[in-house]
Amino acid sequence: MRIGYYPGCSLHATARELDESLRAVASALDLELQELDDWSCCGATSAHATNHLLSLALPARNLALAEAQGHDRVLAPCAACYNRLATARHGIAADSAVAARVARVLDRPFANRVAVANLVEVLRELGPTIKAKTVRSLASLKVACYYGCLLVRPAEVVGFDDPEQPTSMEEVVRATGATPVAWQMRLECCGGAFSLARTASVVRLGRAILDDARRAGAEALVVACPMCHSNLDFRQSAMLERGEKPLPVLYLSELVGLALGLAPGTLGLQRHFVDARPLAARTAAEVR
Amino acid sequence: MARIGVFVCHCGENIGRTVDCARVAEALREHPGVAHSVDYKYMCSDPGQALIKQAIVEKRLDGVVVAACSPHMHEKTFRRACAGAGLNPFLCEMANVREHCSWIHEDRARATDKAIDLARTIVEKVKHNRPLQTIRIPVTRRALVIGGGIAGIQAALDIADGGAEVVLVEKEPSIGGHMSQLSETFPTLDCSQCILTPRMVEVYQHPRIKLLAFSEVDEVSGYIGNFTVKIRQKARAVDTSKCNGCGACTTACIQRKIPSEFDERLGMRSAIYVPFPQAVPNTPVIDRANCAYFKAKAKGATKAACGKCAQACSREAIDFDQQDSFLTERVGAIVVATGFQLYQIGADQPQGLTGYGEYGYGTVPDVIDGLQFERLASASGPTGGKILRPSDGKEPKRIVFLQCVGSRDPAKGMAYCSKICCMYVAKHTMLYRHKVHDGQATVFYMDIRAAGKGYDEFTRRAIEEDGARYVRGRVARLYRDGDVIKVHGFDTLSGEPLVLDADMVVLATAMRPQPGIEALAQKLSVSYDQHGFINEAHPKLRPVETNTAGVFVAGACQAPRDIPDSVAMASAAAAKILGLFSQAELEREPIVARVDASLCAGCFHCERVCPYGAVERKEIRDRKGTLLKVVAEVNPGVCQGCGTCQATCPSKSVELDGFTDQQIWAEINALAL
Repeated sequence: MRIGYYPGCSLHATARELDESLRAVASALDLELQELDDWSCCGATSAHATNHLLSLALPARNLALAEAQGHDRVLAPCAACYNRLATARHGIAADSAVAARVARVLDRPFANRVAVANLVEVLRELGPTIKAKTVRSLASLKVACYYGCLLVRPAEVVGFDDPEQPTSMEEVVRATGATPVAWQMRLECCGGAFSLARTASVVRLGRAILDDARRAGAEALVVACPMCHSNLDFRQSAMLERGEKPLPVLYLSELVGLALGLAPGTLGLQRHFVDARPLAARTAAEVR
Repeated sequence: MARIGVFVCHCGENIGRTVDCARVAEALREHPGVAHSVDYKYMCSDPGQALIKQAIVEKRLDGVVVAACSPHMHEKTFRRACAGAGLNPFLCEMANVREHCSWIHEDRARATDKAIDLARTIVEKVKHNRPLQTIRIPVTRRALVIGGGIAGIQAALDIADGGAEVVLVEKEPSIGGHMSQLSETFPTLDCSQCILTPRMVEVYQHPRIKLLAFSEVDEVSGYIGNFTVKIRQKARAVDTSKCNGCGACTTACIQRKIPSEFDERLGMRSAIYVPFPQAVPNTPVIDRANCAYFKAKAKGATKAACGKCAQACSREAIDFDQQDSFLTERVGAIVVATGFQLYQIGADQPQGLTGYGEYGYGTVPDVIDGLQFERLASASGPTGGKILRPSDGKEPKRIVFLQCVGSRDPAKGMAYCSKICCMYVAKHTMLYRHKVHDGQATVFYMDIRAAGKGYDEFTRRAIEEDGARYVRGRVARLYRDGDVIKVHGFDTLSGEPLVLDADMVVLATAMRPQPGIEALAQKLSVSYDQHGFINEAHPKLRPVETNTAGVFVAGACQAPRDIPDSVAMASAAAAKILGLFSQAELEREPIVARVDASLCAGCFHCERVCPYGAVERKEIRDRKGTLLKVVAEVNPGVCQGCGTCQATCPSKSVELDGFTDQQIWAEINALAL
């Protein structure tokens, strides 16, 4: 299977381990990722607060590139990129006046034909392959799947999972053999882009998420969003106030990589603030 | 040569201001086939009608065209006038020069030309009109009422008290419907059963009501005044004629842990059971899916596995071999009163519905729906009227009520308002406070819709006297956190998110029509909306009629309704039916389709497209009885004259009387000339 790949800025910077683990997992699962040539910023957190047309045109440019480069589907692993790309695709398809304005700004051919997929969606489709290629038993590993706010919302734009009771991440986790725990804060806000502007809020929100995951018996959080990851991993030391045990925060692709027996180094596990390597070492000891 | 009279009306200034009526009359006088043409100030007035009558006689007219208002307004008037002068009324037609001309144009010269054109087209049509005879249909003075809830009960009693016979069909073992499950009713807090059960007994004892409980309508054929209905009487496995309702069988039953439908699964019942003590008829029924005898038999056991009920019965009324039976009833009118169900949210949802999983219904035991709360509050309920939560039987001190769950929510549920929830939630908070004095009720609402006599006062009382706390906003989700339920909501008035601890949560879920309503509606040829609610014939002026003559609708199967609404609709339907039954024969306009059997090829396209099921199949045989062909035939009693068959027929063998192809062509040609 071949898919257009839109890494976005995070995967080249703070979320390098998401890029690394995704590439490693993709090659193990025979998924060919073709990074879009000349991709540019999706607009993420600022464009839609600044200018509506700009917030559609920026992602549309990347979708137009994907189209020109012969893709019918593009993978945007960052939840914010995914949201912007999917929102643009939906907004342009829904309103011909908007489409005309975007076309004028783009100044390049664009038929809005490319579908947008996110990390969870693609891994869910590969579930049977993951299951078949799993070499390590993760059965003893209990993880809390954290969706955050962007991944499954808004429903009319995203539509790959139930916006209130999603199951897709749990399905992928089950395919790896690990056990998803039942917990309550799966869709709560982590503070999003306010990590620097309102750190106290991010810490307060993150603490509630970690506490609930811990209470449910999780040994790690699994995420599919660089923003959630940075809030919960990088800021976690500030969230631990009573000497609680830190919870490693894994990207879903990293968990899949562990199940497939890939080396922690190729998955970028050394890049986390909360060390995930002891967890990886424990699973490595339990070869199926 | 035709001798047609044209009568141009000024309608005071209404037509005369924009159309030169004298010139219209003059122009038409020259038109071929027109023997007489005049204009007059008010053609519908007595002198105006006299003009028409006089001309028919004196000029020996064989057709009349009145160029005036819409036929909806005065066609009947002018046809009656023609009949008075001895002319077949269906040889009179109207040219609409008011709504279609004078009211919508300003240029007098061009409006006059248009009026002339309009009158000419109708003259050409009338040349092809033929005399038609009013259709008379005999009426069977018996009614079928489908559904034995409060609407069906009221309709049956009103019709029967009016002197006609009624067949009342109820699919459950007892009549009573949802009203029998309710604790107390708004806005007076009178006990639901106390006001309902006398009505149920009255139905049972009424000499003109034939009650068929545990029965369903299987087939319906015929038309207004003459329906034939096949009814399936489901096998109770209890002989109704022998059973005296002593209850020994239910006591003897070994299966006692079956969730009771009547108690909304909060209580238990036996496999042979009477739904509730006041059931009418008070005859038990065996639930075959849960009965040890039937379960063993289904698995192939040859020996009787149980039979404790039969041993306990002193009257040998238990009949394990009883089968469904059918009976056929002839009725003249039908009332659909099948009622509602609550929207089942949670993991297990019917008909591809999803949504509201975040409320934990079905997984968190102390999250219940409105009907379940009714059973908890009811003196006859599983807790004897004590408000106790299902998980541990403790008295909840904090109850959160959620309104509009599934209602007014086009994204996840139904776009419509379920109408009764604002009122019954207010009632629940009051019942709760009356039973648990230190309990705190919190209600999340969107708006309080309390339009009705004494309704707003009632909700105010819940807030002001019984201390219910109303929060305007919605709840995002609920989850169990140890002993309590965490309720995450938003107060839109203060603009603050809100997290409440609750001991129990009650969801006011949307009202939906009963499952299977579509199948029933199709049997009756009545239309329903996208939610399955039966469509009324006109939302304002014909609220209890359906688009099929002789079929009426009452109660919550038409839209969300409370008890007073349902009863009012039922009485209205009964009044309509008694009016229908007041004559021996029905008269109706002969604007119906006719099939020319010599042309019909028997393709039955017409049968497939007819929305009213009016097309039947007729065999054509020669004198020896050999079958020559099968052709379509239109039942004039059922046909509503829509003309769909005429438009569909490939061999042009169906014609709608009064609107034949020839007539329409003549109209078009008159315009083209």
